[in-house]
Amino acid sequence: MTSPLLDVRDLSVDFHLPGRPPGHAVSRVGFTLQPGEAMGLVGESGCGKTTLSLALLRLLPPQGRIVSGSVKFNGRELLALSEPEMANVRWKDISMIFQGAMNALNPVASIGAQISEAVRRHYSFMTPVEARTRTAELLDMVGIGAARAGQYPHQYSGGMRQRAMIAMALACSPQIVIADEPTTALDVMIQAQILDLLDRLRRELGLAVIFVTHDLGVVAELCDKVLVMYAGVTAEYAGVDEIYNQPRHPYTQELLKAFPDLSRPRAALNSIPGYPPRIDALPPGCRFAPRCPAVFDRCHIDQPALHALTPEHLAACHLVESES
Amino acid sequence: MKSLRFLAARLGWAFLTILFVVTLNFFIFRVLPGDPARAGLRDPRLTREAVEAIRVRFGLDKPVINCVQALNPFEAGDCLVNPLDTQFFIYFGNLLRGELGISYHTNRPVADHLGQMLWNTVLLIGAGQVLAILLGVALGVLAAWKSRTRIDVGALLFSLLAWSLPTFWLGIILLFWGSSRFGLPIGGKLTPGLPFVSQAAMLKDLGRHLLLPTLTYTIVFLGEYMLIMRSTLLDILSEDFILTAKAKGLRTFQILKDHALRNAMLPMVTLIALNLGFTVAGAIQIETVFSWPGLGGAVFNAVGQRDYPMLQGAFLLLAVSVILANLAADLLYSLLDPRVRVD
Repeated sequence: MTSPLLDVRDLSVDFHLPGRPPGHAVSRVGFTLQPGEAMGLVGESGCGKTTLSLALLRLLPPQGRIVSGSVKFNGRELLALSEPEMANVRWKDISMIFQGAMNALNPVASIGAQISEAVRRHYSFMTPVEARTRTAELLDMVGIGAARAGQYPHQYSGGMRQRAMIAMALACSPQIVIADEPTTALDVMIQAQILDLLDRLRRELGLAVIFVTHDLGVVAELCDKVLVMYAGVTAEYAGVDEIYNQPRHPYTQELLKAFPDLSRPRAALNSIPGYPPRIDALPPGCRFAPRCPAVFDRCHIDQPALHALTPEHLAACHLVESES
Repeated sequence: MKSLRFLAARLGWAFLTILFVVTLNFFIFRVLPGDPARAGLRDPRLTREAVEAIRVRFGLDKPVINCVQALNPFEAGDCLVNPLDTQFFIYFGNLLRGELGISYHTNRPVADHLGQMLWNTVLLIGAGQVLAILLGVALGVLAAWKSRTRIDVGALLFSLLAWSLPTFWLGIILLFWGSSRFGLPIGGKLTPGLPFVSQAAMLKDLGRHLLLPTLTYTIVFLGEYMLIMRSTLLDILSEDFILTAKAKGLRTFQILKDHALRNAMLPMVTLIALNLGFTVAGAIQIETVFSWPGLGGAVFNAVGQRDYPMLQGAFLLLAVSVILANLAADLLYSLLDPRVRVD
């Protein structure tokens, strides 16, 4: 097997807020990404999806710190790079589509300027004219049209802003794009358009994509594999078929049940009772134990390790461990 | 086309405001109790004829507007004179020719007098404002970028202190310290009676006189600029688009310059425009402490001398400069913020 494009191992992120115990936002999460592969990063709000994606680019806010682990891009350890070296990796190798493109775009700079700024930062050999040509190309690619490059974010609709964000993320032909809930706050029709666009571009450009989302439908359609997170840890990590057809972790199972099934229109929607634990007050055993329908004594004492059912299907649950 | 209409609208509003101010300015001084001629020249030896001559000289014998002798119901005068022969219209006519009347005190045209003082004030305020803005903004940026460090705390304390100091007190302390310790002049614009051999020698003398009042002015206004800049920038640095800029791999300096500062300049422009209006109050204190021959000092003296034409002229000048500063801020805003441009 070839070495993966992105190899994340045992990554842990703590948050230190004054007057509070440290919060373990992400604990020992690992995954790999091959060139051109699409991975879904799924979980409830606050489970550490965004923290994990920001940690990959080392863009955590000052309170957040990567305490352990390794992030290798093409075999190169990103956590060991100096800040200027890391700045060269950002956007050039790994770029990001942020949620809520209204706030992620600078209101007083034109869309074109914001895109060509990224182009010129990483392709310093380009003249301003060449950078503008590249910007026009990118805008055409996402269906906006180069004529609107001079306009400002407030003159764009929500969907167009997200398209512009996508164009910007592709500016320097990165190998990996992290899409952090790219369709939040968009209506359903526009969501579908944006997702189609992302999927098409991914296939055309051979991009590896990490879709951060809580929409399991998106994952089923677009992704090759799925990492399910709960309260900062990996619950289950497997190919998309395994996740949907043979989910092994009770959390994954409950999550799937909570997703409306169109073939049974009258079925009541399931939800998982309770809330995820606070990251600064985690239960001693399995983090999902207080809400788990299949909980038993051991769950409250021991934290389950990730158990490999097959080399490509991992789940962190005592049940899985005892079965095999 | 749209921006032209925007410009025309703003200019139109500024013009209307000035017209309103001119009118208000005229009546304020007519409402004040006492006939200026009598109040200003309280000398029992003056004969009735002499007072009347003075009133004629200053145009005070004419009705304020038609049918009203003075703005006093008990002094209703002759009705229906030639409407153009009233104080109000003469005032307007004179204004259009750039005449602001004649000072009661010096008997010289107010316009000449004010013109000269205006330049002195512009020199002082200009130097002080530019320094305060540059230093305040730089300090604010530094504090915001190094937020929660010692640099931040130090800059914050200094600015709070500078902002809360009373202007006249700081002026007096600096005056005392500068003159006794460094032999700087204690007041005025140029050393009186000193023959200047060259332009350079005169400029040097002017600079020595300017130093202390400018320093006072800078310190008093620097704090406010710094505090506003710091808090604005802190807000902006936590915005999502700053994270985007970081994710794009942009360098710190570029993020600050192209993304943070451009957004932070919007409230600054408003503040500067407002300050240019308020500065006159600050300048009154500073110009009085340092005997600087500027507008502020002139207003202060004119109040004491009941020199109404002088006050009227000064008020008009101040109001117009506030209006112009606001107009400039409006126009600058539309350049800086694309969201304002399309109206």
